[in-house]
Amino acid sequence: MTAGPVSATPDELKARIEAEIPNARAVVTGDGHHFNAIVSSPAFRGLSRIAQHRLVYEVFGDEVGDRIHALSIQTKADD
Amino acid sequence: MSDQSTNPLRDEIQKAISENRVILFMKGTPEQPMCGFSARTVAVLESMRQSFAAVDVLPDPRIRQELSALSNWPTIPQLFIDGELVGGCDIVTEMYQSGELQEALGLDAGAPGEAAPEPEPAPQQPLSIENRL
Repeated sequence: MTAGPVSATPDELKARIEAEIPNARAVVTGDGHHFNAIVSSPAFRGLSRIAQHRLVYEVFGDEVGDRIHALSIQTKADD
Repeated sequence: MSDQSTNPLRDEIQKAISENRVILFMKGTPEQPMCGFSARTVAVLESMRQSFAAVDVLPDPRIRQELSALSNWPTIPQLFIDGELVGGCDIVTEMYQSGELQEALGLDAGAPGEAAPEPEPAPQQPLSIENRL
């Protein structure tokens, strides 16, 4: 579904985060290269910040730093 | 011979992390950061007058590849304290604002935003590891 060099959009990132991380809600802004994502999920509970951010980065794998040039993340563990 | 081909660059990165209590892998140098996220992270450390070692990942793309493989973290900058990855710009900034960073560094966590009375910018000399390939 995400094939090709089509540039990334905030909507795409939001949809993929919400699909991959259980019960996540994401607010994503960005210009196609630099993005900011605020993500809340009960899956973050009990995890360190590093581990929370890794969960979000893992949604995109190698695309971070490449197709998604930069991804700023804020995470919130909600109930 | 080890089972995997030896990886001197990764060993060198690991060594730098274990030998420097506070070490920042960044794009550019503290004096001349080449990316806004690296610049912001340097600014946070310098505002606390925290000395740190710095490694520029730009001279060779393999530095970044090996670092990310080692740390399981995809982006630059990466700050390590006491051998452990603390995070990138977002986490460092968040922890600074909450006082957790000062705590991790063993600094007075009292006033996160306090003005530095005597500017003491000179951090440790940046490591250069690209010549060890």
